[in-house]
Amino acid sequence: MIALAFLLGLPAAGAILLAFWGARRHAPEINAAFSLGTFLAAGALTLRVIGHGSVLLWREQFFIDAFNVFLVALTALVGLTTSLFSRPYMRVEVAHERITPGRLRLYHSMYQLFMLAMLLALTTNNMGLLWVAMEGATLSTVLLVTLYRTPQSLEAGWKYFILCGVGIAQALFGTILLYFAAERVLGAQGVTALLWTHLDAVKSQLEPTVLSLAFVFLLVGYGTKVGLAPLHSWLPDAHAEGPTPISAVLSGLLLNVALYAVVRCKVLVEGSLRSALPSRMLMGFGLLSVVIAAFLLVRQRDIKRLFAYSSIEHMGLATFAFGLSGPVATFAALLHMTVHSLTKSSIFFTVGHAAQKAGSQVMDDIRGLITLSPTVGWGLMLGTLAILGLPPFGVFASEFLILTTAMREQPWAIPILLLALGVAFAAIFGRVQSMVFGDTQGRRLPHAPALLPVFAHLAIVLVLGLYIPPYLAEWYRAAAHLIGGH
Amino acid sequence: MSLVNLFAVQGAVLAAATLLIAWRTGEGHLYFSAALTIALKVVCLPWLLHRLIRRLGVYWDTEPLLNLSGTMLIGIVVVVFAFGLAQPITDLASTAMRNAIGIAVAVVLLAFLMMITRRKAMSQVIGFLAMENGLFFGAMSATYGMPMIVELGVALDVLVAVLVLGVFFFQIREQFDSLDLHHLERLSEHR
Repeated sequence: MIALAFLLGLPAAGAILLAFWGARRHAPEINAAFSLGTFLAAGALTLRVIGHGSVLLWREQFFIDAFNVFLVALTALVGLTTSLFSRPYMRVEVAHERITPGRLRLYHSMYQLFMLAMLLALTTNNMGLLWVAMEGATLSTVLLVTLYRTPQSLEAGWKYFILCGVGIAQALFGTILLYFAAERVLGAQGVTALLWTHLDAVKSQLEPTVLSLAFVFLLVGYGTKVGLAPLHSWLPDAHAEGPTPISAVLSGLLLNVALYAVVRCKVLVEGSLRSALPSRMLMGFGLLSVVIAAFLLVRQRDIKRLFAYSSIEHMGLATFAFGLSGPVATFAALLHMTVHSLTKSSIFFTVGHAAQKAGSQVMDDIRGLITLSPTVGWGLMLGTLAILGLPPFGVFASEFLILTTAMREQPWAIPILLLALGVAFAAIFGRVQSMVFGDTQGRRLPHAPALLPVFAHLAIVLVLGLYIPPYLAEWYRAAAHLIGGH
Repeated sequence: MSLVNLFAVQGAVLAAATLLIAWRTGEGHLYFSAALTIALKVVCLPWLLHRLIRRLGVYWDTEPLLNLSGTMLIGIVVVVFAFGLAQPITDLASTAMRNAIGIAVAVVLLAFLMMITRRKAMSQVIGFLAMENGLFFGAMSATYGMPMIVELGVALDVLVAVLVLGVFFFQIREQFDSLDLHHLERLSEHR
């Protein structure tokens, strides 16, 4: 209870405080301190859920079980490391005069608000509040995407706002339909009819026609935010044009939270329909995203767009794995969400510094990172190897699990997946190799980059690839059991 | 009549419908919901949007991508489709206004159509808000509205969205001296 109050209260307080102090000299440290507090609260909450099982708090408005607590911990961790990364990064941006110091106020305040929205979306038990928090997460990042006020960033922000706005409106319609179906079973009091735990208890009695209609809208709505093809076009623009810390949290966290919403809905709908329709839809959208992203990867020239498309590919893979259902595939999907989030954010950290050194995000202009700064160069190289699914990193473990399960359950998908993964491998590896090695004309940065987060993330991913500690495996298994069925 | 005023009228009709249902069913929270609609959608948002238009000095020339008759024809098809889509829900609903669910879906889809066919940033925003009105009306006719906490949350989101857009418009204007969205079409896959 107290841990939850701190978990949501700290980012809220941070957002208000930084709205006034966000431009001060020590604002980045204050931002990091609030993120550290949030992380500690998440840690306490996690320990409690591991120890005592799932909890319902505040008149059942909040529900924390094995599934969402692992995402809460991940979100708080990446939130903390990103705030550490953004400390020197944003100072360099100010020194390079890409933004005015005053704009840091907006940046820091919105950063905390974004964390609040995501944590609220993860912990709430109310499907309506989940919608409100998801929309809040979009709204708090729109002005961050346009932080540089360049024509491209304004275009990216507008696209982000309108596409996600339309998408989220579909999700609201889906939520209304869900409420409509629930009210017929749970009574017209309206108090409990949107609480996920109550819906889960009566899911087999919910009207199947209404729920399947609701699922279409919910999947399209939240799927837009996951970046599922063909609704992905906002994602590369928003990632490429916003400041790099925001690219890291959008890619590493927001996409996960949106996928979480989709999976919560899928559990309810599957219980009502007793058919594989929701799973098939997830598989279809997932596979389509993997393929489209892989082939668009080849054409990219901007480094942040390259890795944004790689995020679409990996979220597609996780969605596909959730669609496979069954405990093993769900376990793999959860592991994939974790390792993708950690690896991709660490890649964005190094990419941010690389782009600052080269003074450009165009890949042809970035050369010889390894001579310029060995840590940035090796960080990018290792991160790339990890995200491409090379052993011994964790992404290899999760992709291996997904592929072997698919081989058993849906063998037709294997050639498609392997082809897409191969194309993505060739596209990314070739590009990164030429950026890391070779001659250089980059510049020194006025503030030393923070590379601790990069190597901390990669170390966790490496450990997860070599050996998943028993309690963690147990935890994933419990979560997989909650959503994946039996 | 300008689009903003049309939006205000839509909000007023929505509030009237809510009041009618509240009076007919005696559900107390619907009175509150109607008051919220009047405050937000009839007074606050139109005022904000009018202020924005004055400050930015944009004028109303709807510059649709399709001609008028084409849009009308598509609109008719959309409305028929909306009633078809709403049929299974209408059959199951037990509310006094279940026949209006089709209208709600039609409002949502027509707003969507408007967002697709209009070029100006302001028209797209009104389309976005009209879509939200349609969804609200749908919730009203199918289930007598959503739980209060959700309605408050949605209202907050809509208000914040308009404020964010206000800031956003000034940024677009500063860059391009216009609110026409064809300026915002440079990001392509090849860049």
